[in-house]
Amino acid sequence: MTIRASLCTGLAVLALSGGVAQAGTATVGLITTLSGGGAGIGADVRDGFELALAMSGSDAIHLVIEDDGQRPEQAVQIADRMIQSERADILTGIIFSNLAMAVVPSVTAQDVIYISSNAGPSPLAGAGCHPNYFNAAWQNDMLHEASGAYASEHGMTNTFILAPNYPAGTDALTGFKRRYTGTIAGELYTQLGQTDYAAEIAQIRASGADSVFIFLPGGMGISFMRQYSQSGVDLPVISTAFTVGQDNLPAMGEAAMGVINSGQWSPDLDNAANAAFVAAFREAYGRTPSLYASQSFDTANLILSALAVADVDDHDAFRAALRAADFDSVRGDFAFANNQHPIQDVYIRQVAMVDGEITNRLLGLAIEDYVDVYAAQCPME
Amino acid sequence: MTLALIFEQLLNGLQFGLMLFLMSAGLTLVFGVMGLINLAHGSLYMIGAFFCAVAAGATGNFWLGLAAGMAAAAAAGALIEMLVIRRLYDRDHLDQVLATFALILILSEATKMVFGPFPLYLNAPPILSGTVNLGLVDYPLYRLALIGFGLLVALGLWLLIARTRLGIRIRAGENDREMIAALGVNIRALYTVVFALGAALAGMAGALVGAVQAVQVGMGEPVLILAFVVIVIGGIGSIRGAMVGALLVGVIDTMGRFLLPRAFAVFLDASQASGIGAALASMLIYLLMALVLVLRPKGLFPLHA
Repeated sequence: MTIRASLCTGLAVLALSGGVAQAGTATVGLITTLSGGGAGIGADVRDGFELALAMSGSDAIHLVIEDDGQRPEQAVQIADRMIQSERADILTGIIFSNLAMAVVPSVTAQDVIYISSNAGPSPLAGAGCHPNYFNAAWQNDMLHEASGAYASEHGMTNTFILAPNYPAGTDALTGFKRRYTGTIAGELYTQLGQTDYAAEIAQIRASGADSVFIFLPGGMGISFMRQYSQSGVDLPVISTAFTVGQDNLPAMGEAAMGVINSGQWSPDLDNAANAAFVAAFREAYGRTPSLYASQSFDTANLILSALAVADVDDHDAFRAALRAADFDSVRGDFAFANNQHPIQDVYIRQVAMVDGEITNRLLGLAIEDYVDVYAAQCPME
Repeated sequence: MTLALIFEQLLNGLQFGLMLFLMSAGLTLVFGVMGLINLAHGSLYMIGAFFCAVAAGATGNFWLGLAAGMAAAAAAGALIEMLVIRRLYDRDHLDQVLATFALILILSEATKMVFGPFPLYLNAPPILSGTVNLGLVDYPLYRLALIGFGLLVALGLWLLIARTRLGIRIRAGENDREMIAALGVNIRALYTVVFALGAALAGMAGALVGAVQAVQVGMGEPVLILAFVVIVIGGIGSIRGAMVGALLVGVIDTMGRFLLPRAFAVFLDASQASGIGAALASMLIYLLMALVLVLRPKGLFPLHA
């Protein structure tokens, strides 16, 4: 290669890298569940994030991924290590609310930004809100509240409700009851990770309920739906995208068919960003993305959009850039409320067979421009 | 609260207990004969469920899946015994715990690499779907079949141990391992067979339960903890103890989950009662274990009384 040729190449590379408005780069630590029963959800969180980076073509984010094993103490250790040895500027990726409650307060206190791509426990949305804590998914109550509204509007007057006994479980039942106008036929908390629901299903059968609302994410939902479909109880089941999402549906099969559920996103939600996302995800990983993947994809794009206009070390400017939320969300309209949780639409979906695949299809809008109820308790402007 | 509901919950407890028995029988057998603490027993349960799901998915026949799950778990058990466990018999229990804990991690990761991180599809055979009328309640046929299966296996295991040559050797091994080796019994082969038998029982439990639960990586660990509670209550090494312990744990856990929230609802509001009741119910079997350990430190049916 002649000197001139190598100079030309060098200039071309310079020109290319200069072409992307590079306000700064950041190290992002992704802590998620990649082993054990939650590993499927974690795989979607990781793949959604990496897909966004690949599609953007930007190298502004240096990504570090670690497995929390769904254990709070392990997640706390990883967060500390990422902050101290990896010098992470932003952390994200935690799926379960009990882990988020263990990690987020210590991260934000160390002046590191945490952007939740899934968990949204209520204590962090209200009085415990923090300038360094952003939630790009939802406050925990949100989707369940939409399910409650749907149940009331569709003639259900006596619903049996069920969730695991952990922060997101209590938020779920609180959320459901907020807009539900009927009576509660029974209310049960189960163990987190419980696999046998015979005792609960027997109580549903005996309760005289006209419908059942469940929040049982991951394997818990698969166990429940399989046992419920064999139990001979045929009351309609209402749920949220966490229980009958794409991560669970192939394992549930016909047991989940027809279940009504809520979500701020659906694979068939009609907007350009979502169509590109779903097609690229299927192409890259050979499966349809779940709600979890969509949120992680949005989180990555949110970070990229802020990095494009602000330096991560200039905390005030960077936080302002995040708050602007200037990116194309796959869920359509997206803005942050004063507590830095999303203002967004929540939809009703139904499990159905579409093109030979068991998935969700949109039925309609449940709540428009939802702002969570805890925002009012947050002192931030 | 009606009689029908209580009856149904008792059946649920019985069914849960019998599935725990399948798990605990192998665990307690291995401990009784070889003096080995095997934490990887839950992984064999998982292997049974995964191979059942894949074989049933490929052939469309649950029973072939069940056979495949049991065979895979037995084969994995024999392999593990020959490669790893054999080196641990003379070590103390802490070394065994460490090594078999490592096996959990290795087998879980390997399962994830082979089958992927997402839960697998497995459904009960069509012939056992639906419910049957038992007079008081309509009860799921599959769960009734699980009760029958559990009782059948318990009977088979009793016959095996009480009436066959292998059973004599197993009992002899439990009592005095040096002596039976001196009498010319191939103790290495016996250990492999017993370990594979325990693994097959775990694999069978995994496959049977997999049809009503999530077939996913790590599904064995919660059951393993319960199985340990069962054998501690029953007396480590005793099959009869495992049966009694499993039924106690199954019924008490189910009834606790059912009755405690109701008891608290008498003087608390529904949400609070449900939360506190659920939290206490999850402790109940550990309280039972503590109580048994205080009254009978060697369990209800100690092997060497």
